[in-house]
Amino acid sequence: MKRLLPHPLLTVTLVAVWLLLLNGFSIGALVVGFVIGIVVPLFTAPYWPGRPRVRLGWPLIDYLAIVLWDIVVANFQVAAIILFRRNRDLRSRWLVVPLDVRQPEAITLLAGTVSLTPGTVSSDIAADGRALLVHTLDAADPAAEVARIKQRYERRIARIFT
Amino acid sequence: MTGAMALAELLISALIVLGGAFAFIGSWGLTRLPSLMTRLHGPTKATTLGVGSILIASMLFFPIYERSFTAHELLITMFLFITAPITANMIAKAHLHRQGHGVDPNPADSTDATIPEPERWSTFTRPPREQEPLPPAE
Repeated sequence: MKRLLPHPLLTVTLVAVWLLLLNGFSIGALVVGFVIGIVVPLFTAPYWPGRPRVRLGWPLIDYLAIVLWDIVVANFQVAAIILFRRNRDLRSRWLVVPLDVRQPEAITLLAGTVSLTPGTVSSDIAADGRALLVHTLDAADPAAEVARIKQRYERRIARIFT
Repeated sequence: MTGAMALAELLISALIVLGGAFAFIGSWGLTRLPSLMTRLHGPTKATTLGVGSILIASMLFFPIYERSFTAHELLITMFLFITAPITANMIAKAHLHRQGHGVDPNPADSTDATIPEPERWSTFTRPPREQEPLPPAE
């Protein structure tokens, strides 16, 4: 079973995405979906060496809600900066965010979150995987920005990946 | 019924205008911000909300007026949220490489001078050789 379905969650996701893409349900579609859901994880298994344990309950909902809310709020801030701030008043900086999470999947999720929430783009990871290099569009207080990323996102992601 | 329809129409129009405005501001940021790294912020971000609100408008419009429902908008959102950070990361890394090799000496960026702890980042370090070649058998 483990050999046939190395990543059960990926299989379920692929079947669901396939059915949503077709926008209709039939037995044939379900069968094709399961073929894709079994073949794709088998062929991509070498790129997923770890099998992180993911908690899909409250921590994930809490995390998604806070990220979506931040995307909306911070979009308005970035729009205001683009429209009204003069270039020479822009305090764009590089930040070093030290990482507590260790799993590659958790770090990827954090880097993606940092890039999606406006005002910050994750640019690089330390060679030893213990820090992220983040570029900020406008940070008055770099230390506070780093603390915010760790408090708001990394803590919640650490709870998803137990 | 007509009241509800009017309200829905108003909401959908507002969302489309909002989405268009954010997409426009994102593109405007692309032209007016001073350096590559700051320009990266405009289109990756303002666009998420821009595209997002147009997709929400579409998700409201089709069930209400055409009596049809598709989940494609959800998928578009999902794919966008997965691919946008990766694109931004690839551009940032390519930029760091060019700066490190002196190919892209835009004075407004000047990563060389400002990037903290330059030896630390994986872009600037050679990955360790995975396996040393075996010594010849005696």
